[in-house]
Amino acid sequence: MTNTSNSPRPTTRLAWKLGDDVSTDIIYPGRYMATVLPTETPQYAFADLPELNKGLASGSIPRGSAILAGKNFGCGSSREQAASTLRGYDLAVIARGFARIFLQNAINLGLRTIVCPDIEANEGDELEIQDDRVVNITSGKSFAIIPLPASRQAIIDAGGLIPYTRQLLIQQRSAL
Amino acid sequence: MGMTVAEKILARASGCATVVPGDVVEPRVDLAMSHENAALVINQFREVFEGTGFEARVWDPSRIAIILDHRVPAESAKTATNQKRIREFVGDQGIAKFHDIRADQGGICHQILAESGYVRPGMVVTGTDSHTTTHGALGSFAFGIGATEMASVWTLGAALNIEVPATIKVIARGELPDFVSAKDLIMHIVGKLSAEGANFRVLEFHGDTIRSMSTSGRLVLCNMAVEAGATAGIVPADAETLRYLHEVAHVTEPIDLVQPDDDAVYVETLEIDCAQLTYQIACPHTVDNVKAIDEVEGTPINQIVIGSCTNGRADDLAVAASILSGHRIADGVRMLVFPASWRIYKEAMKRGVISDLVEAGAVVMNPGCGCCLGVHQGALGDGEVALSTTNRNFLGRMGNAKAQVYLCSPAVAAASALTGRITRPTQGAKRDEHFEFPSTDNQACVEAW
Ligand code: SF4
Repeated sequence: MTNTSNSPRPTTRLAWKLGDDVSTDIIYPGRYMATVLPTETPQYAFADLPELNKGLASGSIPRGSAILAGKNFGCGSSREQAASTLRGYDLAVIARGFARIFLQNAINLGLRTIVCPDIEANEGDELEIQDDRVVNITSGKSFAIIPLPASRQAIIDAGGLIPYTRQLLIQQRSAL
Repeated sequence: MGMTVAEKILARASGCATVVPGDVVEPRVDLAMSHENAALVINQFREVFEGTGFEARVWDPSRIAIILDHRVPAESAKTATNQKRIREFVGDQGIAKFHDIRADQGGICHQILAESGYVRPGMVVTGTDSHTTTHGALGSFAFGIGATEMASVWTLGAALNIEVPATIKVIARGELPDFVSAKDLIMHIVGKLSAEGANFRVLEFHGDTIRSMSTSGRLVLCNMAVEAGATAGIVPADAETLRYLHEVAHVTEPIDLVQPDDDAVYVETLEIDCAQLTYQIACPHTVDNVKAIDEVEGTPINQIVIGSCTNGRADDLAVAASILSGHRIADGVRMLVFPASWRIYKEAMKRGVISDLVEAGAVVMNPGCGCCLGVHQGALGDGEVALSTTNRNFLGRMGNAKAQVYLCSPAVAAASALTGRITRPTQGAKRDEHFEFPSTDNQACVEAW
């Protein structure tokens, strides 16, 4: 219920810290929007933050790492590439808060999003993301997670919105 | 318990007698809009059907609208190929509300939806664009969704697992001073609420300022409601809505003016005294970094932009032309104008607005999203500063993360074009004279586009 994957995960390392109000224009700049396929979008993640972009693309930031943001992460454009580009690196996005459309897109695509308003962590810290809290193993402190809306759980459980819709489609057609 | 407009619309569309904030509903969708990102929606839509044995058909082709606007004409082979795929899909599925890159049907999706009469009060409208909130100006519940969610809507005809948002009541009172516009009002509101102040909430607009505002201004308010994070912005439908729908959008279907109940419950009320409002500027790099003009007056500008789904309508172009007419924009300044639709472009052409702008030195581009999102046309150079009537100023938005974008109203943009610095509009005629085109046969129409 607290993140988009229910399976227990090993600890992850905080690879990058961002500020408040990181818009989808920064996560995935508009000029790459003609690239739509989730398999092709990761190369342009944070293209205007070259160091972060290169770190992800080169693997120096390993897949499955965490990034940390302030409030209102993913504000602005509804472009779904902003979620798929991060999903492509299997990142865990921990933020004080998310903008509505981005959060929805993330859940729909199975990108891990963790709402953790009081989190304190530095780049390089080792984090353990539990169901109800983030434990900063490096500092020894832990921080409560705000659960995602309950209405989202069915989508998460189905493995994303595409399989969820497919289930409903099959139900609908077999009821005819 | 009484309901707000959003609650009423969601209750009806979900087959519930009442809903309260937090309820989870699955409203049927009346209109599903996409633009070039339909290319991704198509991909996700096909994936939904994979392995089911069912043929991939949309639930109702008459309720889907697709408008090519973000990169028109195509700036690259990749975009052109996406657009070609969309055309093929539209043909295969029989999607009727398709607007191609043509001067007899094209424009920015949000303007096309409004002026074509696709949106009516009480509708549930979804769009794969965050500024879908625009359509609340016509009394609908309209919100932005992602491409995969749209694929789900195309399949099932409903939006899944929607949590009913609570509503913030915005009451705007008093007459806006000359040249101070709906754009200044909404930027002021976004500044007050902050960029996430209305996240997961609806803004419902009330007060005599809103009642006497044309639909064109209401579209501006609802367009930028999302800049405070709002799920939707709504102006409860009234006589002006009817006028617009009948005279401009040529709607013939019955119209139900959905109103909030007297005892509707609001989480918050925000009151604004419009008579005191001055020109507002949203400063780099967030839309809620809003300042009164005196704090940034004189800031040098390289590029002035007038256009977009926010401020590319006939009255916006007219007010700019009234300020620029007979003058030339300052040396060293570029001015780009992109009307919100071809219908507006042609009307402005007939009425001499386009020639006023061009004679002053402005470059008038084809209707579409133009430089608003920095994909083609009008990119900024390193260190350059733009002053724009669009709705976003995020880092990199206009195609260069080393540039800055300030947001303003059309009147401020035009006045600033004459000086090359952020300038308050005092030249030109008064707003009243210029919001009305002279000698028009269909004045009301033009005024409100
Ligand atoms: S004009 Fe700008 S904000 Fe409006 S739909 Fe186009 S890109 Fe989006």
